[in-house]
Amino acid sequence: MKEDKFIKRRRRRQALAFGALRLSMALVVGSLGGILLFVLYHGAGALSWEFLTQAPRQAMTQGGIFPALVGTLYLTLGALLTALPLGVAAAVYLNEYARPGKLLTVVRLGIQNLAGVPSVVFGLFGLGLFCVALGMGTSIMAGSLTLGLLILPTVIGASEEALKQVPDTFREASLALGATRWQTIGRVVLPAALPGMLTGSILALGRAAGETAPIMFTAATFYTLRLPDSPFDQVMALPYHIYVLATSGTHIQQTRPLQYATVLVLIGLVLGLSLVAIILRARMRRSRKW
Amino acid sequence: MVNKEPKIIQVNGLDFYYGDFQALHQINLEIKRHQVTALIGPSGCGKSTFLRLLNRMNELIAGTRVEGRVRFEGQDLYSPEVDPVEVRRRVGMVFQKPNPFPKSIYQNVAYGPRLHGMRDRAGLDRLVERSLRSAAIWDEVKDILHQPAMELSGGQQQRLCIARAVAMEPEVLLMDEPTSALDPIATSRIEELLKELKQRYTVVIVTHNMQQAARVSDETAFFYMGRLIEMGPTEQLFTKPAQEQTEHYITGRFG
Repeated sequence: MKEDKFIKRRRRRQALAFGALRLSMALVVGSLGGILLFVLYHGAGALSWEFLTQAPRQAMTQGGIFPALVGTLYLTLGALLTALPLGVAAAVYLNEYARPGKLLTVVRLGIQNLAGVPSVVFGLFGLGLFCVALGMGTSIMAGSLTLGLLILPTVIGASEEALKQVPDTFREASLALGATRWQTIGRVVLPAALPGMLTGSILALGRAAGETAPIMFTAATFYTLRLPDSPFDQVMALPYHIYVLATSGTHIQQTRPLQYATVLVLIGLVLGLSLVAIILRARMRRSRKW
Repeated sequence: MVNKEPKIIQVNGLDFYYGDFQALHQINLEIKRHQVTALIGPSGCGKSTFLRLLNRMNELIAGTRVEGRVRFEGQDLYSPEVDPVEVRRRVGMVFQKPNPFPKSIYQNVAYGPRLHGMRDRAGLDRLVERSLRSAAIWDEVKDILHQPAMELSGGQQQRLCIARAVAMEPEVLLMDEPTSALDPIATSRIEELLKELKQRYTVVIVTHNMQQAARVSDETAFFYMGRLIEMGPTEQLFTKPAQEQTEHYITGRFG
């Protein structure tokens, strides 16, 4: 029958389309898996407790990455401390206070464009402003502020999204009880939005932890045995350490396994942060029903 | 109470606009102390808009404008020196959909008093109990005061919202279709509660359920297309309406 042929053709088309979708999915998952396997294969052998807890020795051909690990943790924490208060404040202003209009459109456009600025430009900006003009020098402080600015647009975006998830009925209920707008934000809106804001910010933090360009001018040093004891010290950092091992070593053969192991630790750190965000979001979904 | 004037709210020549759209035309009415006043009328007739003018909730919407006068205990609510925050403290509101905060039952009721600086723990405990009792929900929640309010049923949530409003000890309680999201049993509990609440508060209730208006209210005002068509004692309005439009509405010919 004629109709039969028509149905068959539609089925074939559907099979083709779904096949294409499966293929692209496999490519995405495959490339992530490929990277992980590649790094695991080359780096797992060099990974050990000593690797995580000792400083590099013998022109970086021996020892571990402890100073770089500590440096990255400080920088990431500093970026969070910079970006979270600023980002939350900006989001509250944009979503709760500002009247819609031209100014607001321009501000939003500015934030979106900030997100598109290459990270190396942030690095140079941080060098000019924090290190030189404000006299912080190459330091954790300057690097944290630079990384904080880098992830600021993401944190603002995530925070605004979290604020939009808070139903207006909560705001109405609070105002109708004689709360000021500020009390309403502080006591109802922010507590309800905070888990969402944190989740988004932690994901952004994963990006900050892995960035090389912004810290190479502002915070990171090639090699130091000393752990930082003030925010104005310079530090080693994982991404920069990888860069150094990959490009500037004099004993490529001996440093290569160490380099892959460092990559492994950095990826583990970033995936760990994502995992924390996912767990937080799941717990939030369970405890909130609105 | 200093002011024993039977009229707690007096509205004169009230016009209200959403941008260019005029939602209310020349409303004149009076609301009597310790009575339940029902506002009825078809959807979009302006009854909810009018209710929200009594605690200045409409001005939260951008582009709205009020003309005319709303006097509460003789004071013009819309005069420049009046703080809307103070108005809302004295005129409480219960919304169409129960809207407890994502906090514990206790924290919900204590929210208003705490906003206004009440810190004394024992005093708060007493106030929370008294408010929950006035809203006829104390027996159901007294053992779970620190559980999330969101876990209560819809009817319980709405009574909790009433308790939350009552905790502020307002003079007037505004209710915007408070039972429209509830089942019949929860609805009848709230209707019974209204009879007790009016001993202590003045209640203004918007409802699109005419039987409800007839059951719970002392006075009824009928709104149609942004105008107040008729207002009077409930029994009289439902049995001998003066206006033809009122009669058409209450006999179900439109709306």
